[in-house]
Amino acid sequence: MENERKATREGYGDALLELGKQNKNVVALDADLAKSTKSNKFGKQFPERFFDVGIAEQDLIGTSVGLSITGKIPFASSFAIFICGRGYEPIRNALSYSSFNVKLAGSHSGLMTGEDGATHQCIEDISLMRVIPTMKVIQPLDYWEAYSAVFKMSELNGPMYLRLCREKSPVFFDSNYEFELGKSNILMEGKDASIIGCGPILENALIAAELLKEKNISVEVINMASIKPLDEKQVLNSANKTGLIFSLEDHSILGGLGSSISEFLSSTKPTKVVRIGVPDLFGESGKPKELWHKYGLDAESIMKTIELNLKEK
Amino acid sequence: MLLKETELKKLANKVRIHVLKMVFSAQSGHIGGAFSSTEMLVSLYFHEMNFNPKKPDWSERDHFILSKGHACAAQYACMALAGYFSENELMTFRKLNSRLQGHPAAHDLPGIEASNGPLGFGLSIANGIALGKRLDKINSFTFVLMGDGELQEGMIWEAAMNSSQHKLNKLIAFVDWNNLQIDGKVSEIKEVSPISKKFEAFGWNALECNGHDFNELISAIQKAKQSKEKPTVIVCKTIKGKDVSFMENQCDWHGVAPNQEQFDKALNELIIKGESLGK
Repeated sequence: MENERKATREGYGDALLELGKQNKNVVALDADLAKSTKSNKFGKQFPERFFDVGIAEQDLIGTSVGLSITGKIPFASSFAIFICGRGYEPIRNALSYSSFNVKLAGSHSGLMTGEDGATHQCIEDISLMRVIPTMKVIQPLDYWEAYSAVFKMSELNGPMYLRLCREKSPVFFDSNYEFELGKSNILMEGKDASIIGCGPILENALIAAELLKEKNISVEVINMASIKPLDEKQVLNSANKTGLIFSLEDHSILGGLGSSISEFLSSTKPTKVVRIGVPDLFGESGKPKELWHKYGLDAESIMKTIELNLKEK
Repeated sequence: MLLKETELKKLANKVRIHVLKMVFSAQSGHIGGAFSSTEMLVSLYFHEMNFNPKKPDWSERDHFILSKGHACAAQYACMALAGYFSENELMTFRKLNSRLQGHPAAHDLPGIEASNGPLGFGLSIANGIALGKRLDKINSFTFVLMGDGELQEGMIWEAAMNSSQHKLNKLIAFVDWNNLQIDGKVSEIKEVSPISKKFEAFGWNALECNGHDFNELISAIQKAKQSKEKPTVIVCKTIKGKDVSFMENQCDWHGVAPNQEQFDKALNELIIKGESLGK
C-alpha cells in the first residue's frame, strides 16, 4: 500500500476537467456544492458548459435530462444524500425510465463523511440507485479508479451513478489503471474466506487481512467497484474457492453491495454471506475512524467478525 | 402554409373525438385535462412549431414537452394527425405492448422528447433543452405545457428561477389554468394564482389569454417569440372537459373513463360541434 492519500472526489473533479478538454459534448452541473464535489474545476475552465442550478436537486436532474436530449453528456453532482434522496423520483422517472445519457456523481457518501453527522452521511444511495432499472452503480476504490470511471462512464450510454467520498484515502492504482464496468479486481489472494467490498473502506479489509495472516488465516480481498452490474463470475469464484463471503461497504447492510451478493448467491450457489456495513441505524457526528470503530467497520471489528465466523465454518 | 382558424377548430374537434374514443376503448385515461389543453396543442402542432414527423430527431426542430403528461391522449392525437404515425395506432393507447403509454415515454415513441406524467419535471427538462441548443447555436424554440395544479410542485419553481437566470428567451411555457385538480378546485386546495405575477416575480414575461381561442393563443405565442431576454409564460384560462356538456368544469372527469351511455352522448355532442364548423 502506498502512502499517498487522495479523495475519490478529487479523482472525479480532475477527470471531469480532462474529459472536458477532450470532449466538447461533456457538460457539468452542480447544485451549489461544486467546491465540495470538485466539479468546480470543470466549471472554472469551461464556464459556458457548466451549470450551477443552485440548491435545487430535482432541477439538477431535470436540467441534465434536457441537456442530454440535445446530445450533451451531462455529469451532475451533489452530495450523495441530496442527489439520490431529493432527486430520487426525477432520477427514476425523468432520467432512468427513458435511459437518458446522464451521469450522476454523489460525493460525501458513508459514515466516512464524519462530523457533519447523520443528515449528511448517505448510507442508502447504493440501495436506492441499484433498484432502478437501466441504472448502473459504481463506487471507486481510490483516486485513479474514480478518474478512470469518469472516462468509462462518458463512453457508455445510459444513466450511471458514481459514489464518491469526501475523505482522503489510500491510492492503490496509477494513471494507467482502467476501470471496467462489471469487472472487479483482487487486491489480496487468500483461501479461507473472501472479503468483497467497495470504496475506500477496503483499506480496513486489507489491514484486517494482514492481521489475520499472522494468525495463519488467509483471506482474499476483492474490490467490487462495479456494484451494478456485479462481477458475478468473481463472486461465484470466491464462493467456490473459500465458501465464506464477507461483504464490506460504508453503507447500510440493507440493500447495498452485501444484499446484491446475497441475492445472487442465494439462487446460484447458496453460500454464507456475512454483511459488514452500517447496521440498520443512523450515523452521528464524529471522526470517520471513530465512527467506523463504533459501527463495527474498522479493521479490528472486521478481523473479529471473520474469526468468529471461521470458527463456525 | 398556415391554417386558418376554422381549420384549427376542426382539428381540435378531431383531436377531442380521438381522445374520447381512445379513453373509452382503454377504459382508462384522462379526458378532462386533455380537452382543456387541446387548443394549445393544436396551435403548436399545426401553426407554431417547426418539426418533421419523418425526421423526429432533426436537430433544428422546436421541442415540445408535455409536463402535464396525463393529457397525452390529446398529444398523441395531434401527433397522429400531424403524420408521426397512423391514426389507427391511437386505439392501442394504454394497452399492452403499445407505444402510446398511459403517460408519455420518450424511449417508446419518436416525437416524444421526454418522459412525463409525474408532475413537475417538464420545465427543468425544457430548460436543459434550451441550454443545450444555445450551446450548439441552434435558434429554435422550446415549448412546455404545465397544469395549474402542477404549479404546486416545488420543482417547477426551482426550474422557473433557472429559466430567467439563464435568460432563456427561446423558452415558452403554457399553463393550462382550468382551476381543477384531482381532489377539487385548485383555488380551494392550494391556490396558485396570481400565476402571471408569480412568474413575473421569478423574472419571466407573462401573458394571459383564453386557452380555447386560437386567435388569442397564436397572437400570444407570436408575441412570446419576440422576447429578447426573458422566458415567457402564457397563462391560458381553460375549461376542463371542454366541449362535452356534462364533463365541463367537473373535476371527477380528471381520470375516469366514460361508460357506453356517456360515450355515446359525448361523441354525439362532439360530432354536432364538428358539423357546426362546416365541411
